Amino acid sequence: MGEAIVVTSGKGGVGKTTTTANLGTALALQDKKVCLIDTDIGLRNLDVVMGLENRIIYDIVDVVNGRCKTKQALITDKRFDCLHLLPAAQTSDKSEVSPEAIKAIVDELKEDYDFIIIDCPAGIEQGYKNAVSGADKAIVVTTPEKASVRDADRIIGLLEQEDIEPPKLVINRIRAHMMKSGEMLDVDEIVNVLSIDLLGIIIDDDAVIKAANSGEPVAMKPNSKVSLAYRNIARRLLGEAVPLLNLEEEQGIVAKVKRFFGISS
Amino acid sequence: MAANNQRVIMKGRHGGLTLQLDDQCSFSDLLAELEEELSVNAASEQEPMIKVSIQLGARYLTEDQKRVLTTLIREKQKLVVESIESDVIKRTEALSWKENTDITPVVKTVRSGQVTNVRGDLLLIGDVNPGGQIQATGNIFVLGRLKGIAHAGTEGDSTAVIAASYMQPTQLRIADQFSRSPDYESEGVYMECGFIDDEEEKIRVDRIQEVVKKRPDLANFERRMDNG
Repeated sequence: MGEAIVVTSGKGGVGKTTTTANLGTALALQDKKVCLIDTDIGLRNLDVVMGLENRIIYDIVDVVNGRCKTKQALITDKRFDCLHLLPAAQTSDKSEVSPEAIKAIVDELKEDYDFIIIDCPAGIEQGYKNAVSGADKAIVVTTPEKASVRDADRIIGLLEQEDIEPPKLVINRIRAHMMKSGEMLDVDEIVNVLSIDLLGIIIDDDAVIKAANSGEPVAMKPNSKVSLAYRNIARRLLGEAVPLLNLEEEQGIVAKVKRFFGISS
Repeated sequence: MAANNQRVIMKGRHGGLTLQLDDQCSFSDLLAELEEELSVNAASEQEPMIKVSIQLGARYLTEDQKRVLTTLIREKQKLVVESIESDVIKRTEALSWKENTDITPVVKTVRSGQVTNVRGDLLLIGDVNPGGQIQATGNIFVLGRLKGIAHAGTEGDSTAVIAASYMQPTQLRIADQFSRSPDYESEGVYMECGFIDDEEEKIRVDRIQEVVKKRPDLANFERRMDNG
């Protein structure tokens, strides 16, 4: 019996879909059986980010309306056999599915998978209610901007009314130099306001955009900091205690030598 | 009719009269007696109006009965009813008194979009995040960071105050007054309290210790009872 985790944020464009794709990939790297569900009906993108768009035959609305079985609609990932995707419909509307229907699908999938990761649409209406209905846990994604922290706070308030575990926080698109200079809200400040546990921090990196455009989640790249951040989040979800990545980029020869000898801070 | 004399006892006091009314006889008997009593010594036109306070003892009067009593007294003499006091109140009145004078502890983070509303005083143990709102008919005390909106005295109590461990509100509202945070980025302040300054007639924020001097009866039951 697996667990269902909804990835949500309230505000759009903070990286829910990217986080879902990379978290799924990172968990698959750990040999976990993972199923991703895109609940953003009408505006599906998870399949694009995963590079699986051309494989879609049935979608979640087909499953809800009984046009196919759940298993028929699942797409197997290019890279991992243990990673599957249940895509959203592009031609329908969010009102065509009910929270109960989504919950039934999630419950069915929980039998076969270790993790079900649900990508939630932006907003707090029907789409959000659908996405949250089947979840046992929630991950709230925010960026270090006032507006997205405000919306994250709103979403946390709504999640507290649901019958799920207290949500965990992922702070996305951090720019270390702006945070250091105080032009951006810093991590402590955000955690302080939202007062929920921090699951991970992810720096803003061009590689993420490149990866999303090529349909290859960044978590696959072995050396990038972002990739490591996502893999660390996956490890934390699996119960390991992994310290947060150091935001500051060490520069110069001394740092390189230090790192070579393993005495970097 | 000797017994009748004891139903209405008139006493002079500084600046007026006190009428002690018997609380055992029927209301109609009482009215009859009172009418009789007041017709006896009619006051002359020149005399000033006399203020009367009525003590009912253990008798409960409805609003209608109070009106009848007041009219009767006003008609008869140059008397004005100043107050009607009774030792008893209705259960519902008592409960609403209690509600309005109670202090309600709430333990939570009031997040963006959430509204917490209580009757009486609010003791919030937790933060009010930006976009969150707390309201109380009485005072508001926040053991935490107040970054959202707080509205004290929602039913018009302008003596209500808003105190917080850390004060950085978007808006403070007391009764029908409100003040907002400055447009420039500003740090919050610790252990401060908002109140309506009587001279300026607007909300000011000062150290809690200073506000206590201005509101010495902050915790006083009577004050909150009157304003609730």
